[in-house]
Formats: sequence, C-alpha cells, structure tokens
Amino acid sequence: MTKTPLQFRHNGRDVAVFVDGGVNLLVALRELIGDMTPKFGCGQGGCGACSVLIDGELHLSCLTLAETANGRAVETLDGMKDGPNLHPLQRAFMEQFAAQCGYCTPGMLMAAKALLDRNPSPTRAEVIEAISGNICRCTGYEPIINAVLAAATSGRARA
Amino acid sequence: MLELRKDIFADERDDNLKEIGKGTQRQDMLGHVTGTSTYFDDHKLQGMQHLKVLRSPYAHARLRRIDTMEAERSPGVRRIIRGADVPRNLNTLLSLINFGKDDEPSLAVDKVRYKGEPVVAVVAESPREAYEAMAKVRVDYDPLPAVFDVEEALKPGAPVVNETYPKNTFTYHDVYDHQKLRFGDVERGFAEADHVLEQRYQMSPIEHAPTETNGSIAAPDTNGRYVVYTSTQALFFSLDTCAKILDVPSNTFHFIGGTVGGGFGGKVDTLTEPLAILGAMLTGRPVRYQLGREEEMQFGSPRGAERIYIKDGVMRDGRIVARKIHAYFDSGAYTRLSSYAVVKCVAHLPGPYTIPNVHGDVYCVFTNRTPATAMRGFGVTAMDFALECQMDKLAHLVGTDPMEFRILNAYRDGDMKAHQREAKNTALIECVQVAAEKAKWPLREEVKRMSSRKDGGGSRATISPTPIEPVPQRAAVSQQRTTYDRAAPATTQQPPPPTPAPPPPTRPPAPSPSHGATRFSSVFGTRRR
Ligand code: FES
Ligand code: FES
Repeated sequence: MTKTPLQFRHNGRDVAVFVDGGVNLLVALRELIGDMTPKFGCGQGGCGACSVLIDGELHLSCLTLAETANGRAVETLDGMKDGPNLHPLQRAFMEQFAAQCGYCTPGMLMAAKALLDRNPSPTRAEVIEAISGNICRCTGYEPIINAVLAAATSGRARA
Repeated sequence: MLELRKDIFADERDDNLKEIGKGTQRQDMLGHVTGTSTYFDDHKLQGMQHLKVLRSPYAHARLRRIDTMEAERSPGVRRIIRGADVPRNLNTLLSLINFGKDDEPSLAVDKVRYKGEPVVAVVAESPREAYEAMAKVRVDYDPLPAVFDVEEALKPGAPVVNETYPKNTFTYHDVYDHQKLRFGDVERGFAEADHVLEQRYQMSPIEHAPTETNGSIAAPDTNGRYVVYTSTQALFFSLDTCAKILDVPSNTFHFIGGTVGGGFGGKVDTLTEPLAILGAMLTGRPVRYQLGREEEMQFGSPRGAERIYIKDGVMRDGRIVARKIHAYFDSGAYTRLSSYAVVKCVAHLPGPYTIPNVHGDVYCVFTNRTPATAMRGFGVTAMDFALECQMDKLAHLVGTDPMEFRILNAYRDGDMKAHQREAKNTALIECVQVAAEKAKWPLREEVKRMSSRKDGGGSRATISPTPIEPVPQRAAVSQQRTTYDRAAPATTQQPPPPTPAPPPPTRPPAPSPSHGATRFSSVFGTRRR
C-alpha cells in the first residue's frame, strides 16, 4: 500500500510519519507516534474519547483524516502538564473526583481545555455545552462540570 | 507469630481504617488525569496482528457451508480460524463452579442462534486487511424460524433455540425447568383478601455501553506461555475460562489487567480472550482483538430483559396476605450468567416484606436474542422495580400512604421470611422513616414510633401450612451437578464425570479440568452464599 508522508507539530515537537491512505489521526497518533492518550471509544464520532486540539480547536481524531493534520499543531493530553506540574484542569479533576474508570478523561480534559483557552471564565451552561460531545458512563457529569468550573480562572461560574 | 506487616513495617501503615465521611483520593487518579493509566489497548507490540470476526446476520439459521478459500489468499491474512480450530468449542461460563451445561461455542459450527454470533475469525497484518478478507468469506445459511419472546419460547412447538436445553429453559438440579419458592397457600390468601391486584411488568435489555469496548491482546511469551492484556473485569475467571476452552493448564497464561475502561458487568464474559490467544497460538504473533462499538452493542451481552407477573392479595387495613410471582428471564441464545440471576431473584422474593403466603416461579428462558449477562444487581434490580411499583399501586388501592404502607408490611426482627429463615437485623422501617423525613413527607405519629425491633415475631413468625406439589422425576444420569445440590464441599475435589456428547459437537468434550472448577469455587464459591 502506498504511504503518504505526514509532518505536524505534536505537543510542541515536530514529528513525521508515513501513513496508509485513509488512516485517521487517532490511529496515526496511537500506533505511529506512540501517544496513547487519545482513546478509541467508537470510531464514529459518538463518544469524544479521541478528542484532540488541532491549531487550538477541538476535533475528534477518529473522524479526522490523518493527512489533513499536515503542517498543523496537534495537542493531546500528553502535552497538558507543564513539566512535573499538573495543569489546573488536571488538578481540579483530581480534587473534584471527576473520573472513575478514566477512559473518557483524556477527551474530557481536551474539550475542557479548548473551552478555557478561549473563554477563561465560562458559565455553567457554557461548560455543559463544551463537554456535550463527550460521553462518560461512570462518573456522572456533575463532578466533571464542577471540576471545569473550579479550574476556570474565576474559580466559579458567573451566574 | 510474627506478623510482618504489623511488626516490622508497623511505622509504614497504621491500622486506622476509619474512612467514612472523609474524601480519600483514588490511587489511580493521577494516571487518569495525565493519560498514563494503561488500558489493554495501550500496549503496542512488535509484529502485532489484528483479529476480526465475521458474525451471523441471522437470528437463527443452520450453517450449511463456510468457504474461506478466497479469504485465505487475501493480502495480509495470516490465519483464518473456524470452529474446528477451537480445542473445546463448547463452554458455559459457570461451568467453572459446575453450574450448568456447556452450551456456547466460541465460533458457531452447526447453527447460529442470534444475530451477531461469531462464525469465522480472521487474523491479518492490519485491521483493514482483516476486514477485506472477511468480505471474501462465503457462508451459506438456511434461515430458521426464530423466537424472540420469553413466553412464546415456552409454548409447545416453539423453535428450539439451543439444543443443549431443548425445552428452551435452563435446567436446575438436573430436573427443574425453573426455580420455585413456596410458603403457605397463596390461593387461600387470595380467597380471604379484600382486594386482589394482578399486574404485568416488562423490562428492556440494557447495554452497559462502557466507553472502552471489550478487547484483549495476546502475545506468545519466551517460555511457552502467553501474556494477555485484557479489559476483563474478572481476571482469574477469564484466565480459567480460556484454559478450559483452549484445553491447556491455567498456568499457561499470564493475564494482565485491572485497568478497565468501564465494565458494569459487561466485561465478565470472556468475550475476546479465547480467540485472541488462539490467534497467537496459531500464528506465533501477538494478536489484538478489540470490539468495535457496533459489535459491543450487538455481540456484547446486555442486562437481560425480564417479564414479571405479580398477583397480590391485600386487606383493607393494608396488610398484604398473599403474593404470587411468575417471572421469565430472557437469557438470549446461551446461558452465560442468567441461570444465576434467576437464583438470586428467587432468593430475593417477596421483597423485604412479611407476607404469610408466597408463591414464586422464575424461569431462565432461551430466545434468539443476544445472550444476557451480569449488570449491577442483575436478577434483583428489575424484580425490585416491579415489586415497588406494585407496592405503590397496592397502597393506592387500599387508600394508604405509600410510605406507611411499606412500614406496615416491612420485615421486623423475629418475623419468618418466605425462605423459612428468621428475619434478623432488619431496618427497612427505619430506612423509610429517614427517607420520609428527608423528603419532608408527613408520617403519622404512631407510624413514626414503629420500629424494626418491636412487634416482630409471634403470629408473624408462623409458617402457614403449605400444599405439597408433585415433584418431577430426577433424570437418570446426572450431568454437571450444581453447587446447590452438592452434599459436602469435599466433592469439589473430584472432576465431574464426562458430559455425554451434546448434539452436534465439534469433538467429544473432555472431562472438566479440575484446576478451573476448584480454583473458581475456592475464589468465588463461598462468597455466593
Ligand atoms: S472514538 Fe472518536 S468519537 Fe468515539
Ligand atoms: S470515568 Fe469511565 S467513562 Fe468517564
């Protein structure tokens, strides 16, 4: 099968791989780059477990043709920490018990980060809207919403 | 005696286990928020192959011919696996505790019994090549009439779903087609009652839908063993099930798991491990078998649907005097764990209430649906839903407050339960009182003063005369005996006698390996009582 060269920024570092035609970004990240933080939950855009940021915007990597990431900046949960320091969202998720099995967590955190990067003090409704594409079967959404609100710079929702 | 943990490492851990009321961090939380928790699919192994399964498009059909010639020549294909390649292609999960007969193949041989049943497995270099080869497998089916309704399945002349159980019901103690509870005389109770209320409740199957689908990766180790990374919820149960199906000692496997991306009961069935390991055995390569979301829905077992009939006799003063229950658990095409759900359900009847006449009949029924399995309180949850709906309706019928109605009928210490055991440490009355208080639900003063510790026993502890019913004759040869009719635990040391060949197996089943049965009952057997 002919392979296509693909080069992009992955969490701030340049990477290059060869992909088969039709391969999606989730497979490229997990199997070719070795970044296991985006998860496979459905492969059909239904669960959000595979969420990543492309040029700062939230995308479902399972529905993104790998080749379309060429020359762009891809961010995953693997790049969220600052050295040994957790991102405020990661700390808030820990403190608010916003994960049980943890399988939805990478996608949730990326969706939450996409929100806070563009809107540092969201309302509760905006948080709900921001994670509406991410399914969690264990935790329940309340602790997750609370964690995102706690992490927001204002620390609490504007009414 | 020296206790290492307490004596030598005393300063490393105090024995203060008072955790209630304070938040304690999960030990896996840091891994979860940094994405470093390792799920089965996060292992990337050199030379890993991918296994995909061709599934039945029919709910019930005879398999006439499977032609894999063209698929075998498809690019990237390493191996096609058929039923005949599975060493012991017939199993039932609870055979590890000698409960039930082997009734489910890993890959269908003669018949398919539900839509989504595995027929042929393809191992290839990439998932895409596996799919391409799968499209080239030709299977000829003769569709058969199917049955999807539990009561239809029990009618004479209904299609036989699973030849291991020709009456479409699981067999208890070698002879009974259902589980019974008899206590007093319900018919007399109904005759004396001021009101009789009969209702029908129908549950739906529920899919666990864990965010991580079922899957596993099996890889040959350097010492003749196999390492298996798996999403299973029941590591040793899955390990022993694989040892039985693949007919090898259980120490052939090193199972690694524990980080499960959601289970809720949907990851106890050992759905993927046997074929992944067999693939690794046949190709000498690591093999990954991960369900897609559609497969998880179609092939992954749901919570079984129950149909429940409840008939109650109640007095004007609110006492329930008779309760009769008929229930049918939809097991789907194979047993998996539904037989056990029925046992749990009957042990739960008639709910936490003191009723002098109780009659229960609960059936585990086979239909051409996806086999059902465990899910959070299975066997009890649905029955409780039906019972509590019924309690509300009865309270309404006699014009009593529904909270008071429950308190009035609740078990109290010293009462006789329908299983002929004395009720002890009961607390339903107190639970309802607290619930009412929290909900600001008014209770009369005299009801607030009622207690589980007071006014139990006495006439509430009598066992009313119970009519004797004829007992069916025990079948001549006992097949696999159940733990329930075992006389002494010592018999667990003996492997059960060989099972007579059920029609038509791929090869004659060998005696159950004792390692599986003994191990499982030693791990789980006592906890089930
Ligand atoms: S795996 Fe991408 S949305 Fe579910
Ligand atoms: S924590 Fe399990 S899916 Fe969200």
